[in-house]
Amino acid sequence: MTSPSYDEVAAGTELPPRSYQVTRRDLVRYAGASGDFNVIHWNERVAKSVGLPNVIAHGMLTMALAGRFVTEWAGDPGAVTEFAVRFSSPVVVPDDDKGATVEIAGTVAEKLPLNEVRVEITARSEGAKVLTRAHAVVRLP
Amino acid sequence: MAINLEYAGRTFEPSEPYEVSRVKIAEFAEAIGEPSPLCRDRAAAQAAGYPDVIAPPTFAIVISSAGAASVIHDPDLGVNYAMIVHGEQSFSHTRPLHAGDVVVTQSTIESIRPAGGMTMLTTVTEIRTVAGEHVCTARNTLVERGA
Repeated sequence: MTSPSYDEVAAGTELPPRSYQVTRRDLVRYAGASGDFNVIHWNERVAKSVGLPNVIAHGMLTMALAGRFVTEWAGDPGAVTEFAVRFSSPVVVPDDDKGATVEIAGTVAEKLPLNEVRVEITARSEGAKVLTRAHAVVRLP
Repeated sequence: MAINLEYAGRTFEPSEPYEVSRVKIAEFAEAIGEPSPLCRDRAAAQAAGYPDVIAPPTFAIVISSAGAASVIHDPDLGVNYAMIVHGEQSFSHTRPLHAGDVVVTQSTIESIRPAGGMTMLTTVTEIRTVAGEHVCTARNTLVERGA
């Protein structure tokens, strides 16, 4: 996929939607890479004991997938200058080989000066919005 | 024990320097499935105009969390870690982090807001190089659910 140029996008341009699988293995790997070993991300017994339906993904892993969604479109992981999300619902990750599905979509909401655009992002898992007020400011060539 | 509201506005001491490594960036990129060669291949990163391999935007959480950990785990702040969920997160980057950066963080508790049996704790962490160049501001809101 070639990265879009600033001139060829407009307000309303949609980013190609993507679907990502998140398994327990991914949570273990993200815990190690990020240093976030909060037990609710790997221990079903403890997750349920504190009122969660099951083990949940790190919010930051969901945010990272949304970031990857944008940077793969832009063609440069360094292109994101602003990035903000609200974690509205957890991504519940069952203990099976398929895991959870996170579906991410995005639209260019506004063209900004200096070759930047603001992208509004949505992320859903099992029908629930897992990110709200999610947006990134991305610099395009 | 509830979160100590008197901590609102408090700024903590800067962290020890953190050195960003190529290996850690590659490990993080693998963990989030980021496929870009700019996170792994120095020559590719340099061809794109960067000094070395660059980190994905949310890599800053690795550094800001390490810096904020001493805040969150301060026993006098009174956070019940098992009841914490991540409420909101934002990053504002002056530039991407890259391998070879040596950075320090400084965290300020921006606000502590009780809301409907929960408490929202917002921390702002500035990431700067040891030379003082601003790289990223991370704003993190944790929600302590009611016990």
